Parts: sequence; structure tokens; C-alpha cells
Amino acid sequence: MSALETGTVTKTTPGFLRGASATLRHARYTFAENPVSGFAFGLFVLLILCAIVGPSLVPHNPLVSDTAAALNAPSLRHLFGTDQLGRDIFSRVVVAARLDMAIAFFSVALVFAMGGVAGIAAGFFGGWIDQVVGRVADTIMAFPLFVLAMGIVAALGNTVTNIVIATAIINFPLYARIARAEANIRRDAGFVQAARLTGNSEIRILLTQILPNIMPIMMVQMSLTMGYAILNAAGLSFIGLGVRPPTPEWGIMVAEGAAFIVSGDWWIAFFPGLALMLAVFCFNLLGDGLRDIVDPQRRT
Amino acid sequence: MTKQILRRLATAIPTLIGVVIVTFLLTRVLPGDTASYFAGPAATPQAIDEVRKKLGLDRSLPAQFVSYVQGLATGDLGSSLSTGQPVVKDIETRLPASAELTLAGLILALAIAIPLGILAAVRQGSWIDHLCRVIATAGVSLPVFFSGLLLVYVFYYHLGWAPAPLGRLDAFSSAPDTVTGFYLIDSLIARDFDTFRAAAAQLVLPATTLALFALASIARMTRASMLAALASEFVRTAKASGLSPRTVIVTYAFRNALLPVVTTLGMVFSFLLGANVLVEKVFAWPGIGSYAVEALIKSDFAPVQGFVLAMAILYVMLNLLIDMLYGVIDPRVRLEA
Amino acid sequence: MQRRDFLKSAVVGTLASGTSIAAPAIWSPAKADARAETLLIVSESGPNNLDIQGVGTNVPGYEANWNCYDRLITHEMKTLSDGTQYYDRDHFKLELAEDMKIDDMSVTFKLRKDATFQDGAPVTAADVKWSLDRAVTVGGFPTFQMKAGSLEKPEQFVVVDDHTIRIDFLRKDRLTVPDLAVIVPCVINAGLVKKNAAANDPWGLEYTKQNTAGSGAYKVAKWTPDTEVVFERNETWKSGPLPKIRRIIWRMVPDAGNRRALLERGDADVSYDLPNKDFVDLRNSGKLSIISTPYSNGIQYIGMNVTKPPFDNVKVRQAVACAIPYQKIMDAVLFGLAKPMFGAAPGAPIEIAWPQPHSYNTDIAKAKQLMAEAGYPNGFETTISFDLGFAVVNEPICVLTQESLAQIGINATINKIPGANWRTELNKKVMPLYTNVFSGWLNYPEYFFYWCYDGDNSVFNTMSYQSKEMDGYIDGARKAAAIGDTAAYDQDVKDFVGLAFKDMPRVPLYQPYVNVAMQKNITGYQYWFHRRLDYRAMVKA
Repeated sequence: MSALETGTVTKTTPGFLRGASATLRHARYTFAENPVSGFAFGLFVLLILCAIVGPSLVPHNPLVSDTAAALNAPSLRHLFGTDQLGRDIFSRVVVAARLDMAIAFFSVALVFAMGGVAGIAAGFFGGWIDQVVGRVADTIMAFPLFVLAMGIVAALGNTVTNIVIATAIINFPLYARIARAEANIRRDAGFVQAARLTGNSEIRILLTQILPNIMPIMMVQMSLTMGYAILNAAGLSFIGLGVRPPTPEWGIMVAEGAAFIVSGDWWIAFFPGLALMLAVFCFNLLGDGLRDIVDPQRRT
Repeated sequence: MTKQILRRLATAIPTLIGVVIVTFLLTRVLPGDTASYFAGPAATPQAIDEVRKKLGLDRSLPAQFVSYVQGLATGDLGSSLSTGQPVVKDIETRLPASAELTLAGLILALAIAIPLGILAAVRQGSWIDHLCRVIATAGVSLPVFFSGLLLVYVFYYHLGWAPAPLGRLDAFSSAPDTVTGFYLIDSLIARDFDTFRAAAAQLVLPATTLALFALASIARMTRASMLAALASEFVRTAKASGLSPRTVIVTYAFRNALLPVVTTLGMVFSFLLGANVLVEKVFAWPGIGSYAVEALIKSDFAPVQGFVLAMAILYVMLNLLIDMLYGVIDPRVRLEA
Repeated sequence: MQRRDFLKSAVVGTLASGTSIAAPAIWSPAKADARAETLLIVSESGPNNLDIQGVGTNVPGYEANWNCYDRLITHEMKTLSDGTQYYDRDHFKLELAEDMKIDDMSVTFKLRKDATFQDGAPVTAADVKWSLDRAVTVGGFPTFQMKAGSLEKPEQFVVVDDHTIRIDFLRKDRLTVPDLAVIVPCVINAGLVKKNAAANDPWGLEYTKQNTAGSGAYKVAKWTPDTEVVFERNETWKSGPLPKIRRIIWRMVPDAGNRRALLERGDADVSYDLPNKDFVDLRNSGKLSIISTPYSNGIQYIGMNVTKPPFDNVKVRQAVACAIPYQKIMDAVLFGLAKPMFGAAPGAPIEIAWPQPHSYNTDIAKAKQLMAEAGYPNGFETTISFDLGFAVVNEPICVLTQESLAQIGINATINKIPGANWRTELNKKVMPLYTNVFSGWLNYPEYFFYWCYDGDNSVFNTMSYQSKEMDGYIDGARKAAAIGDTAAYDQDVKDFVGLAFKDMPRVPLYQPYVNVAMQKNITGYQYWFHRRLDYRAMVKA
């Protein structure tokens, strides 16, 4: 559609570039239509930058304590103030971006690998695979999900890995369900039958044909789950099952800073809370925006 | 209809069995040693072994599982070591507290999210649409315990509008006689308006916290299904026939958009029931969520197992209710079945 | 229009009153009266059992038991220099007994003739014997505590007549009589409990878990676990002057910020469960009365398991003692609300007291030198563990210590252990480095040292410390105390404290304070060895 609109693509432009530039143009169009999504995308880029280069640019060491300067309000020296042990909150918030983005990314990667693959296998092959995956998903869904996450982290130990695993497990049913529905629709599609005819094994078809086709739909869900993963880590920190100190992580900074709100030291929870909120906000709106890009029919 | 219900219940049985087994294993895998905890700070290894024997924890896992299942069959979910009461009794008293809170939060969320969603759909693409999306998303972007604490800080500590976060009732009101376990309903039945006001006042902040959390998905779903309904043929016909916009939106479009919203509702309710553990902790709400969390932290198995089982059964019932509700709302589903 | 005006006036009105201590939200005059004669206490958690002799009773349960049951004797109160009422370790007061005669190998109590249980039955020596038998037989913590004072066999408790009971000593032990004044040997209404006991529960532990069956000043009128306990005054209490407060409501509020908010707004009367920072803020703001008293016989310390290399090397332990950021901990974690147990003048004589400060202080250069002497110039890896149940204090201590130890090459990863598992882990005695707190009800140095440093390797000797020399001093001190040999006692105390400071298996950090925040119209707080509230002396103006 876009190529026809702008007419800048010529016959000599290679196929994949044509496809890519078409998508980009459509993306730009969508963001122009919908400034909120554009804002979310910009924020996302900022967060990635923070995660990658942030730790090298921060003014103070996020782990070094300075009890003489404890509980100082925001000032020029400490933009976001200092916490109970005198650590610079601005540095900690920026450095935490890396860990939180990692938690978000790895959670969705894991749940996609587990739930997505299980789901498409269930939808594509049907039969007993469908039964088993369905049962497992139903069993997990029947649990009160946050308590299940708590139980998993309590049982396995409170490390970042286990928080990621717990988040992935409790999101498994949702991904399995979506993937199953999508695979089911495409089970006997033309391109799948063509691939069968050319001698591809079923597994190969599953991984090379079906999986890429459900990616767009899954990506929408994945961006929502990224926000959820960070909120989950914050909730676990409130109970005491969060990451190990002194690692900076937004969730645990909010959980521990919440105790200081009543005493008037608002900055300890406010800035990590703001960062967390912006990140989750960004992921949620990004999900909506992605949906608009990948499937215009489903635009909401 | 009955056949449908029975069939659904039948498929739920393996799920419940799975839940029972997984919970049993999970609680046994938890690192804490219950016997050591309850033997107290001065316990010698012999004392700990005594307590372990007293609690029946020295038997093998299969033996413990068998006695657990035997207990289940007679409706005995064991005893909580921390409260000292039978788990069934604890759940009986605490479940209505959580249910009342969750329902109040859900109703509040619906009251705000559905109009927001309809408004956003009707004015699609305008700044109102974007504003509605931003508002709805903002509520779910903060950790739920944090929004709870902020609400307490602003509305109780600074403004004094909300009552003290002391749980379901302040220290000087007494609970109405139990009919349903819902203080709001029971106090009305007993015609005790003072208690009704007190209970309602205590409910405001925690319900608002939960509602903030549920807003986004309900608003999003309402907006999406309203858009689909508004684009449909019968709405076009209604508009062309000259019916007032209000009739078109409410009577024709919204009623037809209801079905996906009801699906979301079910999911949101069961999600809230599990997620309100943190809200209960912040507001000192004596609900089943805080009960389970305390028990989990203490490696007290019976309450955790009881809690998960109760939630699973509730989840199954809820899904059944929603399926039946489908039949009521959408005649196509009824006819197909 | 009306709505706007209403909102305007509401906003103005509440903003005006919102910043000061507003009166609690009262709905009716009846409630206002109720509020005036009730004491409202808020804390993080509540009892799980009303009977201290029950299985797994938690610390809040001790408070319920203390106020609802009487004992044969209790302690007099003395007034400290700052006006605080503090229990007098050396002077006993008769409670249920009206006479106490201590002989060479026994003590005889004559009971009050007019004392009755809360159900009207008279208190007899048979009840006392039944209660003491129960305490030494049920096992677990109560029996352990009784044993600490050589109260071990039911044969020791002899009913002489209806109102006279004699307790025979197994051996001479200075701690026997003080042990009768702790919470555990409370006097229970044997008749009532036996009537309500099931066949398989001869001591009636299930009944006393939910019901108070004593003769104390208060009784539990209502108990909703994890929500509230309601106490009502026993109008027929004979063992002391009738308490001024008629009704006490104890509510559980898990969030510390909310507890502080409740106090500041006047919706709660007493709380002792706040972070130190809040106590300091509240004291500085002058809105509430804050009373801070040092723990009797209690110390927070950093422990090292001397059986796990490299902590088996005394120079490593001394290096750690020089590398701990003591003052930072005092400032940033405790906000000054503790008594330092470090930094005594080097070379100063050891006193005959415990707790007392050691002479180590933060000296990174010296620590590095000691590490080099020990053979670890490049340091080593280890873990530092703490009890998550007290994370507000433990976590920052560990973070600061980790940071400081890193300077001498010791890289410690922090290990958070949930409260339920902490006891288990301590009992296993495998953690190389950790922080913990120990305090004993019986405020005697040899008592502390016996449980924490003696080769008998009790669960409280978390360092697995074994030293024949130390055992000799501790034993000597206990024997000397039993026969009243002051000179030998003093020497032994000096010796064991000196050895502890030389070997440093645990590094004392500070003596914590017990802090209480009360509304200004509440007086009568008393510090007890168990550090819980005694409602009997409290007054609400």
C-alpha cells in the first residue's frame, strides 16, 4: 500500500528492502496518526539507551554508601537525592534500567519460547499435544497467579533468574492460548500445504512457517508482558522476595522507599516509581502501537 | 444447558487434581522448616524433632499426601499453625472479606472504565480517545502496593478524608451478624446503618486501589469491542433509520459489544482475587490473600494449600458462570449449543 | 451550584484541619466515650497463641500471657535518671505469693488467701503445682526456659498445704528464684483447663491457646487471629492496685508507614513497632512521647562460624572486627537509637558488666595488616546472611558491612533468609558470616555467656565456638554466683569477657534500644526484661 502511495520504490529495489521500507513507512504513518504511540516509541528508545550506556555515564557509583549525606533531598549534586545509606538515587535509577529491561526482555523471551512454541505445537498438531498443553495451561490459570509467583521464587531462591522464570511460568497459559489459536487458523493455509508438498517435515514447517507468522500478534502481547514483568518484580520485592541487595532495581527501590513516604522523604520512592511507571506505560502504549502497525484490521 | 454445565465440571476435575498436586509439592519444596519455626527460638535438635513428629512432618511425602487427600475427602483442610484454627474455618471467615473487596473494586472499575471505553470508541482518534487511553494505562503502570500507599498518604495522612487503614472496620465498630459475610450486605439486613457507613468508609481506599489496577484492561476491551460493534451493519442501519445517537450507542452498539467485555471481566476478577494480596497487606484487610501470604512466608502448608484449592474452585465456578452468562447475553451461543 | 459550594467548604475545612493532629473520625458520642477509656495499640503482628506454654507461641503471644496471668513473684520497678520506669533485677515483689522464704536448698511461698481466678475459683497451691509441672513437662521453649534456672522436675514442686508451696532446688543456682519471675511459670486455673481438655491433650494446650484461664489483671475478651485482640480488665484482681485502663484493643497493621500515620493523626495510642527513623522524627517533632530504653542483656552482633575456614583463623576474625563500619551503622541504620558496643578506649580495664563495649573500631589499615598476617593478603569470597524478618535493620547493616569488607578483599554476597527459615539455618550452623541479635530475659553476664559462648554448643552458640578456657571461666562464674563468692565471680567475668574480645568469634555491634511511641496523654510505661508492654500501670488522661 505504502509503496503505491509514495511511488518511491522502483523495480530495481531488492525485495526485502522493499518490504522493510514499506513497513517503516507504514510505521511512520501510524505514529503520525497516533502521537501517543509515537511518544511511547521514543520513550522506549530512551530506556534502551539508558540500559546500554547509562551505567557508564552516571555521576556517582550506585553502590557506594555515604552515610554523612544520607536522606538528602534532591539537589544539584544529587539530582534525585540520596537514600538511607547515602547512595545517589539518580545513578541507581539509571543503572537499574539495565536490570529491569533485562528482566522484561528475558521474561518475554522465555515465555515466548515456552508458551509460544507449546501453543503452536498444540494448535498445529492437535491430538494429545493439544490435550497436554491445554491441561497444563488450565492448571496454571487456576492458581492465583501472584501467589504462584511468590511460591516459585520462595522455593527456588530470590535471584533474578528465578524471578524471570516465575514470571514466564505464570504468563505461560496466555501465550499458549494465543499461539494455539493462531496456529489453528493457519494449520491448513495455502503456504503450509505448499511447504508440505515440497517435502518439509512438520517440525520444520512449524518453526519456519508458522512461528514467524504469529510473531506480530505475539509481539503485541509481549510488550504488555514486559510491563507486567517489571511490576511483578516490584510486588515480589514488597514481600521481601525481590532481588538481592545492594543491586539497584526499580521495584525494590520503590518497595523500600515506600516506607519513607510518611516521614516526608518522598524522593526515595518517587523517582524509581516514576521510572517504573514510565517504563510500564511505555510498554503498554507500545503494545497498542505495534498492534496498529502489524495488523491494521485490528486497530484499537 | 445442564448437560453443558456437567460437561464443563467434568473437564474441571483434572485441573483441580493438578492444582492439588502442584500445591502440595510446591509447599514441600519451600526452603523453610516448619518444625524449626514452631519449635521456637530456643529449640534443641531434639525439641525440633518432637515438634516435627507432633505436626506429622516426619512421615514420607507420599504418606503425607495420602493423609492430605483423605482429609480433603472429608472436608478437612488441616489446621493453620499460625492462627491455630482449622483452615476451613479461617477460609470461611476470610474469603468474604476478600470477595467483598474485590467485588467493590471491580464494580468501581466498571463504573469508570466502561464509560471511558465507550467514550473513547465513539470519539475514536480524537484527543479524548488518547486521554482515555492514557488515564486507563496510568492506573496499571504503578505497582499496586505503591498506589495503595500513596492513596493512604494523601487521603488519610494529609487530608483526613479517608478513615484509618485499620481493616474492614475501625476499632470501635463491631461486625454485624454473619449472613453472607459481606459487611455491607449484613449490616443492611440488620438495619445497622452506623456499621454500614463505617464498613463502606473503610472500603473506599482499598477498592479504589484495586479499581485503578483493573481499569486498563476493561477500558481497552470495551473500546475495542465497541469499535467493532459501531462498525457493524446493524448500527449503520440504526443510524440511517434516524434513531438518536444515545439509543444507537447504548441500546444497539453497547449491548452487542458486551460479550468480549464479559470475558475480560471473568479474567480480571480472578486475576484481582490473586493480586489483592498486596492491597490486603497495605490496608490491614483480613482477607484470604494476606492469610495465604503470611502462611507462605512461615512455610505453614495447610493454609496455602487450602487457599489455592479455594481459589481454583472459585475460578472454575466463575468460568462456568461466565459461560452461562454468555448464553443469556448472546442468543447465538445458546442456539449453537 | 450546591455541589460546588459543598466541595469548596469541604476542601477548605479539611485542609485547615488536615495538617494538625485532628481528632479521630468519630461517628457518634457513644464512640467518643469508648475511645476515651480504651487504649488502642497497633503493631505489625499479633499473637498466634495466648499461652506461652503452648507449641510455637510467638513473641506477641508472650505479651497476652504476661498481662492475663499472675506469677508467684514479679519485680519491683526502679526509676532511671531520665524518669523511665525500669524493672529492678535484684528486687522482687510478691504477686500471688504474700510471703517468700528462701532456705539453703528450697524456697517456700505462702499464697494470698483472697486471690481468685477470673472465673471465681480460688487460687490454691495445687493450681500452682499443676502450672509449674506443666511448664517443665510440655517441652519446647517453656521447658527450656525453666531449665535455665534449674527448674527441671515436677518433684521439685511440693504442695505443703492449700496455700503453701515449696520449691526444692536441684542444685545451688543463682538463677532459680529470678526464673520464677519470668513469663513462663504463670499460674493457670487447673480446674477450668482440665475440665475443657480433650483426652489426648492432658495439659489442655488447645484450650489455653484460645482462652485465658488465669488470675491476672486482664482477660482476653475477643481474639481474631491476625486482626485484633481485645482485653478487658479483671475487676476482681487482687495481686496489685487495679489498673486504670478498662479496655485495651490491640490491632495488627502490617505496614509500618501506616502505623506511623495512625499515631500522628491520633487514631492509635501506642506503638513500639516502628523503624528507628520514625522514632527519631516523632521525637523531634514533639507530637508524641517517645521512650527509648536499652535492651537488657541484648546485643546485635556479626557472627562468624569458627569451624568454617578462613574464619577459624583468629587473625581473620580480628581483621573483620576492624573492618566493620560501626559508626556508619549507628548513624544511618539506627539513627543513634542504640548504645555502641565498640570503640572502648584501648587498654581500659574490663568491667564486671555485660553488655560492655570492646575496643575495636573501624581501622581499614589495621584490618589489611591482620589479613596479611593471617595469610589472606588478597582476601577471599564468602556470603553474609541475615534474617529477612528484621530486614529494616539487618539489610542496611549487611550492605554497609559488605561494602566495607570489600575494601580488605573479602567479597561477601548478601544472602536474604526469610524469617521462617532463619531458625533452621542458624541451627544448622553452616553459615560462615551473618548478623543476628541475642538477648536473655535473665540479666546476668554468665547467663549470656553460657548460652552464647559455652562449649555445650547450645543453639545460641551460633559460632560453634569451643574453648576449654572459656568453659572454665563461665563454669566458675556460675558456681561462684551460686555460693555468693563475689571475688571469684568478678574475676571469672573479667576473664571470660576478655577472652571473648580477644578471640572475637562474634563481633558485638550495639545494644539495641526498645522504643515506644505514645500519645502525650498516655503515661505509665514500664520497661520489662521481656520488652513487651505491661498494661497494668498504664494511664490514659
